[in-house]
Amino acid sequence: MAAATPQTSQVERSDEGLILRGRLDGASVGRLWSEASRAAAEFGGGTLVVDASGVDYCDGAGAALLIALRQNRERAGGAYELRGLRDQLRTIVAMAEPSAEAAAPEPPRRENPFEALGRSTFQAFADLRTMVEYVGQLTLALASAVRHPRQVRGKDMMLVAEQAGIGAVPIVALIGFLLGLILSFQSAVPMRQFGAEIFVADLLGISLLRELGPLMAAVMLTARSGSAFAAEIGTMKVNEEVDALSTMGLEPMRFLILPRVVAAVLVVPVLAMVMNAAGLFGGALMFLSLDFPLVTYVNRITDAVRLADFVGGIFKALIFGIIVAAVGCQKGLGTGKGAGAVGLSTTSSVVTGITLIAIVDGIFAVLFYVLGI
Amino acid sequence: MAGPQDDAIIRVEHLTQAFGSNVVFDDVSFEVRRGEVFVILGGSGCGKSTMMKVMIGLHQPRAGHILFENQDIVSADRKTREGIQRRFGVMYQSGALFGSMTLLENVRLPLEEFTDLPADAMDAVAASKLRMVALEGFETYMPADISGGMAKRAAIARAMALDPSILFLDEPSAGLDPITSAELDQTILSLAHSLGVTFVVVTHELPSIFTIADRVIMLDKKTKKIIATGTPQELRDHSTDPFVHQFFHREANPQEETA
Repeated sequence: MAAATPQTSQVERSDEGLILRGRLDGASVGRLWSEASRAAAEFGGGTLVVDASGVDYCDGAGAALLIALRQNRERAGGAYELRGLRDQLRTIVAMAEPSAEAAAPEPPRRENPFEALGRSTFQAFADLRTMVEYVGQLTLALASAVRHPRQVRGKDMMLVAEQAGIGAVPIVALIGFLLGLILSFQSAVPMRQFGAEIFVADLLGISLLRELGPLMAAVMLTARSGSAFAAEIGTMKVNEEVDALSTMGLEPMRFLILPRVVAAVLVVPVLAMVMNAAGLFGGALMFLSLDFPLVTYVNRITDAVRLADFVGGIFKALIFGIIVAAVGCQKGLGTGKGAGAVGLSTTSSVVTGITLIAIVDGIFAVLFYVLGI
Repeated sequence: MAGPQDDAIIRVEHLTQAFGSNVVFDDVSFEVRRGEVFVILGGSGCGKSTMMKVMIGLHQPRAGHILFENQDIVSADRKTREGIQRRFGVMYQSGALFGSMTLLENVRLPLEEFTDLPADAMDAVAASKLRMVALEGFETYMPADISGGMAKRAAIARAMALDPSILFLDEPSAGLDPITSAELDQTILSLAHSLGVTFVVVTHELPSIFTIADRVIMLDKKTKKIIATGTPQELRDHSTDPFVHQFFHREANPQEETA
């Protein structure tokens, strides 16, 4: 076949309708679309003839243009004729044509607001039921693990403990240090007005060991590890690895969740202690800058902080660890289909984890007050 | 035979790929001709998918050149490579449709990014691509709501969105039932014959190969080389290579038979 020089793509008006020339491809159709549509719409009555004898190439985009011209003409109640298009190019247009007899499937029905409310309520109860079942299973698994420690897969647990614990030490120490420094600085400024800046040490010691150390360590664990548990187990769910475990008769609770929960329980108290130590160190620097000797700082801390404050804080951290790991794993197991679902599970694990930690911390505050701790 | 012409659209020259000390293929050369359906064959783990990923510029090879219409993808700068890649359509093994978008939106996305079509024209073009792969009426469906075979067809429609010069398909028939697989083969053939698109298909599904392939090459895991080139019929009937014979006659290794 002699190679013809490709013409510039263009559309012209004629007495019968339109004349298309050149290449009808993705690059040219964008330019021609509006012009051709306008010319076709402005054509009067009778049959709109689209003369495509000058078209030397047509791809899917060109076919879509020819089909759109026909559809618009027919929708406006007029007749349409495509003339002169080469047979090979006609085949492409035919492939892109809507088939008259194809039974279009029912489009997915959009639910009305009442249906959506009903479904959400039903889902909320279903989630609650799942949560209660999960807490029950986890409690049994933990109790069983205490009686039979070999049930916990030690290698997996150590790996998680290393990632969630040792890996978190630098950032926890940094946050703790800054927390101690900022807290003591912010409290020293107003307290100085009353000559009470020496009590900065008391304030920092009690608030850190009893409250902020465990709380911030748990929040850090939620952000670093709870989200990682949710993403990891969620991806396993999407890849059907969790189903594979189940069908092999291996319980996801023992294989996936227990090692993570036990690891978190072990590392959070340690992280809380790191947070406490770093915070006290940051506070010490601030205290020294107020021209007090270090020994005064240490004496104030040891006088103000009771053993019960420290033990209570560590106990809280331990409970927070269970919450963070349990929520992360549960959100991972509840992951739906697709990459987006993994993202939702991860977000939900962090939000739920932090919310539950705050609520449980409040309950501990009341409980410790009532018990006089 | 009508269709395939002699000019090469892609030339692979002395290509070597390795991950660390693990050589996947070594000093491999071949060409893909314009308008043909070219199949890369081989046993599991022989580097078929890796070859495709190197050819489309996703992986940088250890050595060698890939010339697309005489432009080297390997040594091209990023902008040039992206320009070349825009002329490729790729269907991944899983379909890789974006789960948060409808099928129409999936196909529309490349049009939005790389064309100046008006919005209604983009919809019309995207819908016509879906019709070409027999997915008319499924425009508003989400990928999660359709079957595996439909997802692969939708992925082909998305790969065709910009009317590429060459379409790469990674294991298009994997995981499909024979009927759906045959339908997909027919879709590939009709697109190849009507649009004149070149196809590079990675597969090891024998029925599919005999239906769609104009030419095949076979990669060998042991030698890391191409051990056979030709039409599927030539390889089946005339190859003297024992592995090619085994492959096309579905024979197990002798020691595995007795094991």
